[in-house]
Amino acid sequence: MTFRIGPRTSQIIAYIFLLTLTVIAVFILIFIIAFIFKNGFSQLTIGFLTQKTHEMGKEGGILPSIIGTLLVSFLAIIIATPLGVGSAIYLSEYTKAGPIRRLISFGADCLAGVPSILFGLFGFIFFVTILKLGWCIFSGGLTLALMILPTIIRTSEEAIKAVPKSYREISYSLGGGKLDTILKVTLPTAIPGILTGVVLGIGRAVGETAATIFTTGASLNIPTSIFSSSRTLAVHFYMLAREGISMPKAYGTATVLIILILVINFVAYRLMHRFMARYY
Amino acid sequence: MKDKIAQRILVIIAFSAILSLFLISFFIFQQGVPLIFRVGLKNFFSTHWAPTQGHFGILSMIVGSLMVTVGALLVGIPLGLSCAIFLAEFSSKPVQNTLKPIIELLAGIPSVVYGFIGVVVLVPIIRDIFGGSGFSVLGASIILGIMLLPTVVSISYDSIKAVPSTYQDGSLALGATRWQTILMVVLPSARSGIIAGIILGMGRAIGETMAVIMISGNALRIPHSIFDSVRTITSTIALELSYSTGDHRAALFACGSFLFVIVIILNIIAIRITKRS
Repeated sequence: MTFRIGPRTSQIIAYIFLLTLTVIAVFILIFIIAFIFKNGFSQLTIGFLTQKTHEMGKEGGILPSIIGTLLVSFLAIIIATPLGVGSAIYLSEYTKAGPIRRLISFGADCLAGVPSILFGLFGFIFFVTILKLGWCIFSGGLTLALMILPTIIRTSEEAIKAVPKSYREISYSLGGGKLDTILKVTLPTAIPGILTGVVLGIGRAVGETAATIFTTGASLNIPTSIFSSSRTLAVHFYMLAREGISMPKAYGTATVLIILILVINFVAYRLMHRFMARYY
Repeated sequence: MKDKIAQRILVIIAFSAILSLFLISFFIFQQGVPLIFRVGLKNFFSTHWAPTQGHFGILSMIVGSLMVTVGALLVGIPLGLSCAIFLAEFSSKPVQNTLKPIIELLAGIPSVVYGFIGVVVLVPIIRDIFGGSGFSVLGASIILGIMLLPTVVSISYDSIKAVPSTYQDGSLALGATRWQTILMVVLPSARSGIIAGIILGMGRAIGETMAVIMISGNALRIPHSIFDSVRTITSTIALELSYSTGDHRAALFACGSFLFVIVIILNIIAIRITKRS
């Protein structure tokens, strides 16, 4: 005698199975954040955020790393945004399907898949060694700019494509040229969408370790220019944890890092949401 | 006139991504590939890694990377896919609108944080249950699998949502249950998107560095079980780059070249699959 499960029963079993796995997945992800916060929140004092680092991180605060992280990410964004938005404008407004378009898209897609350690290797040999920039914020910013470029290209391209055709036609009918239309009609309309990509790029830059450790270096001094070496928050956290320098400080640094990234991603999400609500 | 100049400038800018890709591959290959040819493939693909003494075998690292990647997929795909199916097909709009952004927000958590959680939470658990040090293929696979979740969930969810609802209506009208419809209509239609997502996840797992360094123990030998410590290609690069010189450094770039080729192949496959659908 064979035992058959009816379609209704199998649906119920499937439902329970999927529900369980979903709950597990969401639980794990929330657990990670909760665990870091639980152990790290007590470390978050004004002093921790505003003092210099002493004894390799065992004592003092994380001010140099906060400044270093902000500078590296800012540089990366300043460099990658014009390149990314420019590429997106070209892709969506100036080309039709064809080999050039395919090549550019292929470049963006593949660049997005390159692991961060390879960006680190490249930045180390090209910016740090061959161009003789040394370990500094500038080398790190350039390396991260390349890393976040595909994110900005893709989100900007989507944002520009989402601008209704009628907007452009009205501009043309009023005698606007192609460039005028892009600068005065298409881009301003697409800005929230473009900003989403930029903000997501900042998020990636802030949390990056493998690409910055070999380009920005690990100095704990407060950077005085973009040619100073610096240790980003993610690298500092990595060193604190891996070398067992100070667990409380490691939790504190991780908490700051996660709060930064959650805020950045939340802003990106809100921007995207508002943009989508307007055009879809 | 103004339009012509703008177009010229934009063409140049638009090539920045492909140019970056070219520069990255060029400089990594230029530093690493000559060494592979000089010492021969036999040396390069052996298991003997002593780069300061002329032995550049990366086979045990390749095996390490493979084991960790396969392990990560075994953890990440069932969890991620279930999550995506549940969210897309079995949950209400408000649930979807809360959980999906939460999962996507988590894509931004830095890999060092995942690695750290692995060290302080997961490794002790593995040590207590299975003995040994706990720094193992198993630990690295679980953490990497969790790291893949946001990618797998979000791409699979989008491809399930992209299946035209008329397909499902047709199946439901014929008397199939929701689950039968999902199995026989929705998933087959969303297949190419889901596979592309999995391949992209695979590329991410192979290339992941910081989390793996922290959890896998980094012992340089071919692991015999999932409880053994393991060293991947990426960890070798990150661990040894800062003090390497000469041929040793070239060997690390050779590792990078190998990794680059693998990742680009995976990307091309993923792009092909998405384009076809």
